[in-house]
Amino acid sequence: MATVKLTTPIDEATIRSLHVGDTVSITGRLYTGRDAVHHRLHSGVKPPVDLEGQIVYHCGPVMVKEGDQWVCKAAGPTTSSREEPYEWEVMRDYKIRGVIGKGGMGPKTLAACKEYGAVYLHAIGGAAQVCAASIKRVDGVDWMDLGSPEAIWHLWVVDFMAIVTMDAHGESLHKQVFEESRERLAALKA
Amino acid sequence: MSVQPLHEVTPQSALFESILELIRRTSTILPDDVVRAITAARKTEVEGSNADVALNVIGCNIGMARESSLPLCQDTGTILFYVHTPAGYDQLEFEEITTEAVRLATKKGYLRQNSVDSVTGKNTGDNTGPGSPSFHFHQWREPYVEVKLMLKGGGCENMNAQYSLPHPDLGDRNLKGVENAILDCVLQAQGQGCGPGILGVCIGGDRGSGYANAKEQLLRLLDDTNEDPELAALEQRVVEKANQSGIGPMGFGGSTTLLACKIGKLNRLPASFFVSIAYMCWAYRRRGVNLDLQGNATEWLY
Repeated sequence: MATVKLTTPIDEATIRSLHVGDTVSITGRLYTGRDAVHHRLHSGVKPPVDLEGQIVYHCGPVMVKEGDQWVCKAAGPTTSSREEPYEWEVMRDYKIRGVIGKGGMGPKTLAACKEYGAVYLHAIGGAAQVCAASIKRVDGVDWMDLGSPEAIWHLWVVDFMAIVTMDAHGESLHKQVFEESRERLAALKA
Repeated sequence: MSVQPLHEVTPQSALFESILELIRRTSTILPDDVVRAITAARKTEVEGSNADVALNVIGCNIGMARESSLPLCQDTGTILFYVHTPAGYDQLEFEEITTEAVRLATKKGYLRQNSVDSVTGKNTGDNTGPGSPSFHFHQWREPYVEVKLMLKGGGCENMNAQYSLPHPDLGDRNLKGVENAILDCVLQAQGQGCGPGILGVCIGGDRGSGYANAKEQLLRLLDDTNEDPELAALEQRVVEKANQSGIGPMGFGGSTTLLACKIGKLNRLPASFFVSIAYMCWAYRRRGVNLDLQGNATEWLY
């Protein structure tokens, strides 16, 4: 399957052209945001950066300060389902065009992807070095009071690979695999 | 093994140096038995499928982490030390020195800052605090110290499950009920625990000892055989059925959902029948070292 090249910020039409199963290669800015960031946004605090057209990466990287510069030592995706109560709001209020994570998300996020024009991008969980190799620079950090893994890191990435597993057409690979596996395991019940 | 430590030598005790090196190896080099299982799994997936892509990326990641001496996964997890010591060995000093090694390993980036106050939300920044790192001491009659370290990430830890049998959907207090409970855990986890997964299971015990024993099953080698023939057969059945579920690596679909299942048992109360399941991700970081009484490494394990 062909790889679709994306450059952030991304427009809505490009995102709506993607389908479950597509592989994407992302170049540009990524902002990390995980549990505490989503909770804070949900509580009404405005994000410290303009998220329009951007992708939020569910990731708590290993960061080490070398001199004045932050260096990313490891940066794979974290489990996204914990952001299920909040992500639809972030899509609605701040016009992000996608999230990168692992494990997929549920019906609220799937509906928001369709309504506001966004996709769920699956990186390979645990593959922190492969992901980190695409991160060329750390350009800044916000909300460090949340602790390093929970902060908003401004990453510059080149050819960050991910697979579309939830698209803006209401399709979800996760929903499909869950339903199929439930049926198969029911048939195998002891 | 001939891997040389990359950190500079600090004027600390031999024990400190050995533990720091154990942490580095555990975070950055996947054990051989796990690498073999992942390599074998790659042959079972359809070439070019998402499952195949996922296992290829995992393979690359294992090599990159090893070569660069950087964490395999950014979530360096709960830091679990399983320690056997001769009678009379100073366990308190071991804890103090090991905790210092954890602090330095965090500073060096072998470990992420992973210890958060559960009420204030404040990260201690150095992986210490109530319950971190976690020590499980046992005495034994050998003249040396054995230290095993497991780093268990939060993604897979969140997929652990504990069932109480009988259960209306899963069945009775027998191995059929146990099997159905384990497979329900696999179904619920889907790809969220970073599969292909490895399960540690304990039948029985109380809610606390059951989970502790389930995690200890993960110290076994992947290709060992359970001494109990009934449990050995159950382990095999669970893996075969899970791999027919179609969940696959990362939950992308495919034929590799589990790499292994290891089952132990503890006696239970007449009133209780727990099945405790510890889900481990493919980034199955566990290593060990034998130490002389001065703390010098004499043999690396796994």
